[in-house]
Amino acid sequence: MQNGSQIEYDYSIAKAFTFATILFGIIGMTIGVILAFQLAFPGLNNLAGEYGTFSRLRPLHTNGVAFGFTLSGIFACWYYIGQRVLKVSLKESPFLMGVAKLHFVLYFITILLAVVTLFMGITTSKEYAELEWPLDILVVVWWVLYGISIFGLIGIRRERTLYISIWYFIAGFIAVAMLYLFNNMEVPTYFVSGYGAWYHSVSMYAGTNDALVQWWYGHNAVGFVFTVPIIAMIYYFLPKESGQNVYSYKLSILAFWGLLFVYLWAGGHHLIYSTVPDWMQTMGSVMSVVLILPSWGSAINMLLTMKGEWQQLQSNTLIKFMILASTFYMLSTIEGPIQSIKSVNAIAHFTDWIPGHVHDGVLGWVVFMIMAALYHMAPRMYGREIYSKSLMDTQFWLQTTGIVLYFTSMWIAGITQGMMWRAYDEYGSLVYSFIDTVTVLQPYYTIRAVGGLMYLIGFFMFAYNMYKTATAGRVLDKEPVNATPVAA
Amino acid sequence: MFHWFEQRPFFFAVLVFVFISFAGIIEVIPDFAKQARPTVGTKPYSVLELAGRQVYIKDSCNACHSQLIRPFKSETDRYGMYSLSGEYAYDRPFLWGSKRTGPDLMRVGNYRTTDWHETHMMDPASVVPGTVMPAYPHQFTNIADLDTAYAEAFTVKTVFKTPYDQDLDGDGKIDVELGNYESAIAKAKEDAKAIAADMKNQAVKDAVANGQVPEIVALIAYLNSLK
Repeated sequence: MQNGSQIEYDYSIAKAFTFATILFGIIGMTIGVILAFQLAFPGLNNLAGEYGTFSRLRPLHTNGVAFGFTLSGIFACWYYIGQRVLKVSLKESPFLMGVAKLHFVLYFITILLAVVTLFMGITTSKEYAELEWPLDILVVVWWVLYGISIFGLIGIRRERTLYISIWYFIAGFIAVAMLYLFNNMEVPTYFVSGYGAWYHSVSMYAGTNDALVQWWYGHNAVGFVFTVPIIAMIYYFLPKESGQNVYSYKLSILAFWGLLFVYLWAGGHHLIYSTVPDWMQTMGSVMSVVLILPSWGSAINMLLTMKGEWQQLQSNTLIKFMILASTFYMLSTIEGPIQSIKSVNAIAHFTDWIPGHVHDGVLGWVVFMIMAALYHMAPRMYGREIYSKSLMDTQFWLQTTGIVLYFTSMWIAGITQGMMWRAYDEYGSLVYSFIDTVTVLQPYYTIRAVGGLMYLIGFFMFAYNMYKTATAGRVLDKEPVNATPVAA
Repeated sequence: MFHWFEQRPFFFAVLVFVFISFAGIIEVIPDFAKQARPTVGTKPYSVLELAGRQVYIKDSCNACHSQLIRPFKSETDRYGMYSLSGEYAYDRPFLWGSKRTGPDLMRVGNYRTTDWHETHMMDPASVVPGTVMPAYPHQFTNIADLDTAYAEAFTVKTVFKTPYDQDLDGDGKIDVELGNYESAIAKAKEDAKAIAADMKNQAVKDAVANGQVPEIVALIAYLNSLK
């Protein structure tokens, strides 16, 4: 590159992953809304026979959103941010370009196969690690390709110092690799015995150990898929979009290393009052509370980045998306530790408060941040202005209302259920039979389903707006700087 | 100090790895040997029960039902004795679940019968009015995969030394027989006949009489074994 000349970034892979993000988002969230309505109106379960029941669809929903939607969004942002902060174009290396293409193709095939196999009921039953071993191997292959692309681009970088976002991408890559490998250790039964289904396997760990490894994975897969790469995004997109510098470099360092060190201890909070040793439960509980510090560190750093520039909230919808995302990140990371306190956990565990907690994090933080990122990227990738600013604004308010309905109804449902399970009358007998604690939740399940539906409609608006931007948006003659063209 | 790392990706990645592996080394690894010991009286699953367990997993029953009774009076009153680690020694994978949309099933074999399960799976609302559970009529027509169940039993016996074909309680009799493929499948079909004898559905009874095992029979065998 000559001084003064612009690098021509290559967005083909970022665009492909953007398409996947929207596609899997629609699939994953639609299934989520169907599930929510099935709980409120159980008659909806058997419309498609064995393939339409709640139990078949649930792993499909979690996998679709976590590994279809979220991972696509992360990869899209990586192939956009990576080039920009490292000051190098994917075009410069045919090898890395090939790696990126193969990464996308194998990833896409894996998710499609995941949909098919989960529909058929082929699952290992471990949450967020349901895929059977042949697909696990595919996952490992494209995860390695993703790693090659990260370290490859870093290897040919022109920017000497790695920007904060890159730290988070590196950490996400290494942690997920470690977690996934250990948790998915399984023995294919056909190759040992010569009988039965070739794709069936049995877990390497038994009982309590299996649970321990699973929740060490389960909690931290959330951490390193739903938290770490999303922080990478906000550290890039918020300063870019607002034209403000990140508030504090020291706070970034503290929050980053603190998060890495503390996060993995917290998995134990999924196993409180289970058969794992008491000291581990306590450790999980304590470390979950400590985790507030690094989590809020990043969030506060982001909020303070807007210091003196809060009027941008009015003029720029994308800033609204990102600030709301940070706020929900704070809500979710204080809610989690509260649920990890033993006495609270005794009520909250196994109830609807848990999906409530997951969803204020995912809908408010992860999905909002990914949508904001893609909205920011679209004008630069397609060279066109965002199609409709007012649609974006409507979407924001519709989805925000949806989230509020979702988590408030689930808080009430969860605590109601938890209290009813433990209610005793004056003679020392349980007051409620189990079914009493189910039927009482019907109104909350309905509210949740409506909230989810509003969110889904908002997502369709997002998809439409993105599609129109790519095809019918007003052509831009040069790349927008700092604020998006919609704000100008 | 961190500037140095931020300009050297390799050492940066190594430091990241050190930071994240710390917790796992201290928390997860030490307990492995201790926690795998079975409680006295815990037996491996028979082939038919394993086939049922596979149906349980296939239809994601664990998405709504836990198999973990916490040490609270409200739970032991409702479900029975709280769970002990050793009771799960042969559970691969564990099926504790994370959400109770329905009740815990860890000891469901103590208080539900074959007949109840049969009615419940065909039409849950007929025995539990107001339930949100789907009906599972396909389990009455789908045939259970005994081959894969045998493969699983054989694998855990060979690889993890799960005690099939052994006398665990010292009464001179083998507790859970596996044998070879032919005898294991024959035994599973025998067990299925005993379950089907308590069932009402004629199509299921006919299938079992013809040497086929519908999923519902295997599933009930598994649910009955949870005690």
